[in-house]
Amino acid sequence: MKDVDDKFLKNPDTEVPLREELRPRKVTTPDGQEIDIDPLRDYFCEAKPKVHPKAYSKIVEDFYNWARANSLWILGFGTGCGAIEMRPLMTPRFDAYRYGIQWRPTPRQANLLVISGYLSVKTLKRAIRAYEQMPQPKYVMGLGSCTINGGMYWDSYNTIKRLDDYLPVDMYVAGCMPRPEALLHGFMELKRVIKEGKGEGANLYAENFDQYKANQKAVIRDWDMPDYNW
Amino acid sequence: MRHILYRLKDRYHLGTPVFQRDDLCFVTVKRFELRAILTELRDVEGFTHLTLLTAVDWIEEQQFQLTYMVNNRVANLTLALRVMLDREDATGDTIHDLWPTAATYQRELREMFGITFPGSPRVDEEFILEGWTDLPPYRRDFDTLAYSQQTYNDRPGRVTHDPKTHMQKTLYADYPKGAK
Amino acid sequence: MTAFPNFEWVQIAYALLTLFIVINYGMVMTAVVRKIGARVGGRYGIPVWQNYVDLLKNIALRSKISHGVMYYLGPVFRLTGGVGLLMFVPTIYGSEWHQNFSYAGDLILALYFVFFGTLGMALGAGESGHPHSAIGVSRGLAQVTMAELPLALGVFALSLQYQTLDITEIVAAQQGSIFNWTVFTNPLATVAAMVAFVGTMMRSPFDVAMAPQEIPIGPPTEYHSSYLALMQTNRVLFPVAKTVIYMNLFFGGATSWAEFAIKVFCLYMISVVIGVVHPRFRVEQSIRFFLKWGLPIGVLSILVV
Ligand code: SF4
Repeated sequence: MKDVDDKFLKNPDTEVPLREELRPRKVTTPDGQEIDIDPLRDYFCEAKPKVHPKAYSKIVEDFYNWARANSLWILGFGTGCGAIEMRPLMTPRFDAYRYGIQWRPTPRQANLLVISGYLSVKTLKRAIRAYEQMPQPKYVMGLGSCTINGGMYWDSYNTIKRLDDYLPVDMYVAGCMPRPEALLHGFMELKRVIKEGKGEGANLYAENFDQYKANQKAVIRDWDMPDYNW
Repeated sequence: MRHILYRLKDRYHLGTPVFQRDDLCFVTVKRFELRAILTELRDVEGFTHLTLLTAVDWIEEQQFQLTYMVNNRVANLTLALRVMLDREDATGDTIHDLWPTAATYQRELREMFGITFPGSPRVDEEFILEGWTDLPPYRRDFDTLAYSQQTYNDRPGRVTHDPKTHMQKTLYADYPKGAK
Repeated sequence: MTAFPNFEWVQIAYALLTLFIVINYGMVMTAVVRKIGARVGGRYGIPVWQNYVDLLKNIALRSKISHGVMYYLGPVFRLTGGVGLLMFVPTIYGSEWHQNFSYAGDLILALYFVFFGTLGMALGAGESGHPHSAIGVSRGLAQVTMAELPLALGVFALSLQYQTLDITEIVAAQQGSIFNWTVFTNPLATVAAMVAFVGTMMRSPFDVAMAPQEIPIGPPTEYHSSYLALMQTNRVLFPVAKTVIYMNLFFGGATSWAEFAIKVFCLYMISVVIGVVHPRFRVEQSIRFFLKWGLPIGVLSILVV
């Protein structure tokens, strides 16, 4: 579907200047030395993500996959309306813990990033950072129609429409908003995918890294972080 | 409420008041008198709370309307003052020294409508958008649909139904009730 | 070999066996405890083997990142604290196999090991460079130090009472009847030490340093995959090891694995029960608590002896 009148043309992409504290510059240290600093380069490592091979033997890999599937640690990161629907999963009524699902507070310890609804450009930036900090193998689950095709924010100037342009998505749960039951079903399906050895989103991301980065930078105009935050 | 307006009417130019409810009234004032009226309302009439400061884009008249809504909590009265600005040079007068919260509203207006308030603290910093390079998005000449189509990829296969015909087709033939 | 009388190489194997049993016991016990907690809350709860799966998953993660040498050593120290604690305390009294190296160490060493892990963790987490870790560590250290005070006092009272620092002898003195246990012979010291016990178990009212809901998880913020697996192992081992000390010092030790399992479980449940009925303390609150209640009781226990 096209816009009814497309007289409006968006601004051709103008560069957004880097914030002052992030620009490369010269500083004088307390003992009088002059040094060059480049905040974006000095504090982060710039290596691209690696494709990690599977374990050599199929049996071992299957065993590992079984363990991964039965110990899904979710990053406690909520966007959009869906963050509300994740909470009931911890309560006695749904109790996701019995399936080995836990919420972890830091990306370093999580395996599953649940994008729980619409993602504004500003949040997308944070979601990408969080995703890249998670250790491999990692999975992404998109909740709700907003992550699938924009949902009711299909004409919003500030939310992305297809999550899989920016992050490799392993599982979508449809609905607006998906009920907790649907979420549980999504987790079960994700487990099946992982056990079949198809949950290789992180490797996909590493293989098509340039493609993903190009997509991300097309919408995140003020890219003020290193290309890969690991 | 009415006698407050009578009292103000003697000294300021007020437009015709529009009463939404007994305790909620909208009135248009002149820009150069706004500050005086607000101060008087706050200090004399007990309207101590700035409920909201927002804008409307009257693109056909080439004007922005600023709405200052103040509230008297003791008497439970709400009075909204409307001020018209020229759309071309969209500059308002800051009132952050009357109500510090106004600074935040003014930052938002600066970002979303492009109305600037010289002298308001941090008014030129980003508020919620990051790295926005286009027209301020709440202006009516900004077309969000076109913008989003030119920026974000669509997933093919999306259909839109007109709610009325869809309801008629799938649920009740005589929707809305008694239409036929 | 002269330094240690009656040392035999086979004891290393025995000690490793003890370690193995204790780790598995700890894994299952913590899972069971969590399950009990869930059942109390009306939930079904995690499967009892969940700890194993999590451990395996963490080991199976493919990528890891390091922040320097101390970062590696953090979890290692921590685990050493747990293992060391266990190794120098007789797990089963009177058993040839499971008395470990208890003749080589005494109470002071055990006390040291209780603290060792936290210190190592402090260094490691500091190196990880995450502000949350640093905050978590300083909170944790402050709290552990405070909690340690009543324990140390209780232990001194104990060693005065039995005129020895050797754990085996202390256990030996408590054999015979239930009334020989320190709980009955020296209740004040027991209470003081139990205050410290509850305080260092990293369970609710005193878990502000580690709780996931607080400033994100504190010290281990940056730890993942195998490092985290090491720390998980320690998390199941350390409470058991600590409980073993308490069991030895105050509750007559254990003469068989069954007795061991039951006693450790009951002692652990003390902290769990306290944990589920109390809200979490902030650091300064808990410090104040230890100073106000733990310390006087400890001093009193020494005076009484
Ligand atoms: S899909 Fe619906 S419920 Fe979910 S984020 Fe979008 S609008 Fe909200």
